[in-house]
Amino acid sequence: MSTKTIEEKQYLVRFKADTKSHLTVLDHDICMTKCPDKICTIFCPAEVYKWEGLRMQVGYEGCHECGSCRIGCPYQNIKWEYPKGGHGIVFRLA
Amino acid sequence: MSEKFDVIVVGAGPAGTSCAYTCAKNGLKVLQIERGEYPGSKNVMGGVLYRKQMEEIIPEFWKEAPLERPVVEQRFWMMDKESTVSFGYKGLEWGKEPYNNFTVLRAPFDQWFAKKGIEQGVLLINETVVLECLTENGKVVGVRTDRPDGEVFADVVVLADGVNSLLAKQLGYHKEFRPDEVALTVMEVINLSKDKINDRFNLEDNQGCTIEIFGDSTKGNLGTAFIYTNKDSINIGVGTTLSSMIKAKLKPYDLLDYLKTHPMVRPLIEGGESAEYLAHLIPEGGYHSVPKVAGDGVLLAGDAAQLVNAIHREGSNMAMASGTMAAETIIDAKKRGDFSETSLNQYRETLYQSFIIKDLEKYKDATHTFEHYPQYFKEYVPMLNRAASKFFTVDGTPKKEKQKEIMKSFTSERGTIRMIQDMYRAWKAVK
Repeated sequence: MSTKTIEEKQYLVRFKADTKSHLTVLDHDICMTKCPDKICTIFCPAEVYKWEGLRMQVGYEGCHECGSCRIGCPYQNIKWEYPKGGHGIVFRLA
Repeated sequence: MSEKFDVIVVGAGPAGTSCAYTCAKNGLKVLQIERGEYPGSKNVMGGVLYRKQMEEIIPEFWKEAPLERPVVEQRFWMMDKESTVSFGYKGLEWGKEPYNNFTVLRAPFDQWFAKKGIEQGVLLINETVVLECLTENGKVVGVRTDRPDGEVFADVVVLADGVNSLLAKQLGYHKEFRPDEVALTVMEVINLSKDKINDRFNLEDNQGCTIEIFGDSTKGNLGTAFIYTNKDSINIGVGTTLSSMIKAKLKPYDLLDYLKTHPMVRPLIEGGESAEYLAHLIPEGGYHSVPKVAGDGVLLAGDAAQLVNAIHREGSNMAMASGTMAAETIIDAKKRGDFSETSLNQYRETLYQSFIIKDLEKYKDATHTFEHYPQYFKEYVPMLNRAASKFFTVDGTPKKEKQKEIMKSFTSERGTIRMIQDMYRAWKAVK
């Protein structure tokens, strides 16, 4: 079957998650007070960011390490590092 | 690890490996550092690898490299909701030596290429992140990695660390990229039997087809979609500038599913089994976004230097050519015993005289123009489809009258002057 949802898509990918997040939302208040769109929750291709009413939940374990959130956050509110060597996403095909 | 090398190459994609390979082949002591589990494990590409620049590094590579299919047909679709205007070229000369380009899957390909580097003497270390460049009096002298005692030194450090070159940014060679300088692209690899692919794309076993799709594939936003045939799978993907994605509030995976279920696309992938989902940024800022590429003890190659021609979907070839140019400069610099910026600027000069920067310069205003004037994707593609439908529908109207009606519909929708302006602007952007 071809995938239909992001959950199904993410299920196809191999991740070797680190225990520590390589993505950090610097100030959750900025998300709450200044950013009505919470645009990272929309454009992130892996649905890493989920707004939980008071703070941004960061599901770094499913991150594709594309860098969009670092560049696309309108408030430069995301600290973006590479996961520890050998960790993070592991593409097997393309 | 506090050993000294001639060259440290950060990254094992096409740019890094081309550079490492050529340096090692010429007797230099090369350390190549890759953050992934293996080369290719972090790398993503739609899937077209050009023969020319690869062949210059490894002659007749097609005899041993893990390739999918030589591309014999390139199609272009201007797609609307329930129609498409297409053109393309199919030529059997592309199906035999020396070939034009191939579809590839990057994880196997990058591993193979890196292995060729190792055979030349490259020391490749995987699973290692370079955290920063070490500098002494402004000259890059090595790198600090995330390994214990992870400092390594070299005469030259080559940053081939991809579109997210945090290292080049740290050095101040460029600012953070803007959302309109990168394209967010998502794709799936969909398994489909060889016979089905051959039937659906009108191919024989060792023939491949690429389709680039404009218009409704991105819901009229600035970007493209693609369908590439592998041996027994299909790469299907779509991307727009990150700024367009943000402006239109698009979820990239929703856009991908929109494409996959589009009536023009669905029959091609029907019954396929998704095997992998991948997201990646493409540096599409072009000429104006190319950072400083040479400094004291340091060079930038490939995506890290924004060397992508988005209009012609060329990137890996530019990565390979720039990696090779970087290597040639380092080899000459070694002879001169001078790794200063002045000496390494030979790379900049070569790069700027080559097809790479010449092509980027040709299209330097293209992305900006199409981003700023959305009518090309949003209005002209549907207009073109309506015109084709009208022209090819036999309804008893004389052809001359049809032509007149079509022209009239164009000018009434956009206005004559605006249309002429649009055409002139587009021509100027790509001339």
